[in-house]
Amino acid sequence: MSASEMWNIFLMQGFAGLSLFSVLLLMGLGLAIIFGQMGVINMAHGEFMTIGAYTIFMLSSLTETYAPTLTPYYFFVAIIVAFILAFAVGWMAEWALIRHLYRRPLDTLLATWGLSLGMQQIFRSTFGAKEVSPTLPEWLLGSWAPAEGLDIPINGMFVMGLTLLVTAGVFLMLYRSRWGLRVRATVSNRTMANAIGINTKKTDRMTFAIGCGIAGVAGAAFTTIGSTGPTSGSLYIVDAFLVVTFGGAASLLGTVASAFGIAQTQSISEFFLTGSMAKVLTLLTIITILMIRPQGLFALKVRR
Amino acid sequence: MSSQDDRDDPQSASRRNFNRGMAALPLIGMPTLALANAKFPTATVNTTKLAITDTEVTVGQLHSATGTMAISETGSIQAERLAIEQINAMGGVLGRQIKIIQEDGASDWPTFAEKSKKLLVNDRVAAVFGCWTSASRKAVLPVFEKENGMLYYPTFYEGLEQSKNVIYTGQEATQQIIWGLDWVQKEKNAKSFFLIGSDYIWPRTSNKIARKHIENFQKGKVVGEEYYPLGHTNFNSLINKIKVAKPDCVYAIVVGGSNVAFYKQMKAAGLTSDKQLLLTISVTEDELLGIGGENCNGFYACMKYFQSLDNANNKKFVDAFKAKYGAKAVIGDVTQAAYLGPWLWKATVEKAGSFDVDKVAAASPGIEFKSAPEGYVKIHENHHLWSKARIGQIQADGQFKMIAESPNLIEPNPFPKGYQ
Repeated sequence: MSASEMWNIFLMQGFAGLSLFSVLLLMGLGLAIIFGQMGVINMAHGEFMTIGAYTIFMLSSLTETYAPTLTPYYFFVAIIVAFILAFAVGWMAEWALIRHLYRRPLDTLLATWGLSLGMQQIFRSTFGAKEVSPTLPEWLLGSWAPAEGLDIPINGMFVMGLTLLVTAGVFLMLYRSRWGLRVRATVSNRTMANAIGINTKKTDRMTFAIGCGIAGVAGAAFTTIGSTGPTSGSLYIVDAFLVVTFGGAASLLGTVASAFGIAQTQSISEFFLTGSMAKVLTLLTIITILMIRPQGLFALKVRR
Repeated sequence: MSSQDDRDDPQSASRRNFNRGMAALPLIGMPTLALANAKFPTATVNTTKLAITDTEVTVGQLHSATGTMAISETGSIQAERLAIEQINAMGGVLGRQIKIIQEDGASDWPTFAEKSKKLLVNDRVAAVFGCWTSASRKAVLPVFEKENGMLYYPTFYEGLEQSKNVIYTGQEATQQIIWGLDWVQKEKNAKSFFLIGSDYIWPRTSNKIARKHIENFQKGKVVGEEYYPLGHTNFNSLINKIKVAKPDCVYAIVVGGSNVAFYKQMKAAGLTSDKQLLLTISVTEDELLGIGGENCNGFYACMKYFQSLDNANNKKFVDAFKAKYGAKAVIGDVTQAAYLGPWLWKATVEKAGSFDVDKVAAASPGIEFKSAPEGYVKIHENHHLWSKARIGQIQADGQFKMIAESPNLIEPNPFPKGYQ
């Protein structure tokens, strides 16, 4: 193997790590808001991702049937629709279910788990038990080859770009907008926030719905790399919780750092070990670190 | 249910006239039925208290209609129902209409065991068509052996099993692996292989056989062997490893959702069929629905059946299947194998002249089914099927184009010597 080939593999492996990082981060972001900020253990988070994925599938079939000329462009619109749909379902779920259970975290866990089972069955009845894949625009497939033997996946770059955009958006919203101010006030002291005139109920609903909407975007993005089936969500949920818990539940920066750490450990060890051993190693590392730092990588300094 | 009504018969020129004639049918039907049962009185064809009357025989169907495996097992449920409907339309088995009791294994292995016990002990069914994963088959096997039931199992699997109470209508590992490997070696000049699989019993056992065959019989080289957890969706590191190892052929046994991620990422990393030879034994038309033919066109799969097989039996089968389940329905290898089950059982019962499980088991070896969609099949003494192996190339429309087929039926050999 020549030096230039080694260099190419090194570059592609580096990109593989970054690409896994953006996938994990995108998975974790919505949950970081819901679980991290609100303390709601949302077991149905994976199903909100699946809503996004199925939205892409529906819109791709619609585009193919009614406006085949728009196939190269529908994806952008579809991502926005995925956000809106997941947002709307999240809003309704909060109103119907979650808001009654805010002071009972274990009950929320059960209720949202039930919700996830129900949603899975709805997907199965609507779209069938078989996995589907939307017809992706041609420009999203294949690889970008700047040099001989160096292939950078286009879908990976796309997910990375989208992750950057969403992360920046969440940071801006949380730290530069009125809504973010209200959320942060509610998180740090609900009673006091209520007393100074913040409508905490409305804030909660909005926060939950935005978290779900972001999950929808994540699901939409994952159609470019994986599959969509009724139970796809359950594939993502463990990783999503892992990222958020490891990062330190209440810290958005922690989520970013933990996604990066997990992705690099996983991707590098996968290259040198076998796939299953890499997973074992990654999980062992996470468990060890969590035993030493139960609060996660980054924890907010709050007076309890 | 008047089964004649459901028969799919493209030759029947006028269905309306046919239906009008139905009114007279019970009158004509009665004497023939009485005749058949005079020939096969219930007391003689059923000496073990199975659920059989003069006009009806009850069978069980045990698959996962819910849970993760529903994705794969739905096709089998549909194919078995179609076969049973067609058999009923032809007059049933020994003059008796087949009645189905369907149970849901719910993708949960203990549930499979429990439901199989219910079917055999409470319902006293004459035969069961069911199971899909090896894990579910292993869970029900002790029940079938203890209660003396008859199971028709449709999936290609890892072998290393043989039971009086099971007929395996799919391929055991050597039937699917060895001929395919020889084909890529001879036709594509592949000398080095990279073996990939999902991390459970079937891919591991199959790759073990593949490795032995490559190293000991082909004198080739295995340059890598890798397993990933079920549901794994990130294969970029693996793909880089393939690029480093530069195998002549990638041998892939990835299953489920991982399959989709694997092929999408192969394409995204530039490893398309013009740069890399890939042979798989885990992608059928069903999987291609999820993966999308455009993501893996040009790669090869070794199966015994493809929906596109060009023969008269298969054309009839595909037409009937689509008429019943919609024009968009696809038929994979296992779906076809599931379709064989009821037909083989019918032929065996008729040869034995009895529904008794012991007699059916004893009569099974040598049973032929000439109008099988895959061509001709025959049951071996070891209760597996003689069948051909075929290489298909994946097309962008999600179908296979058959490239090669084994000249003869391949003998099933569930305990291959020199491969353990």
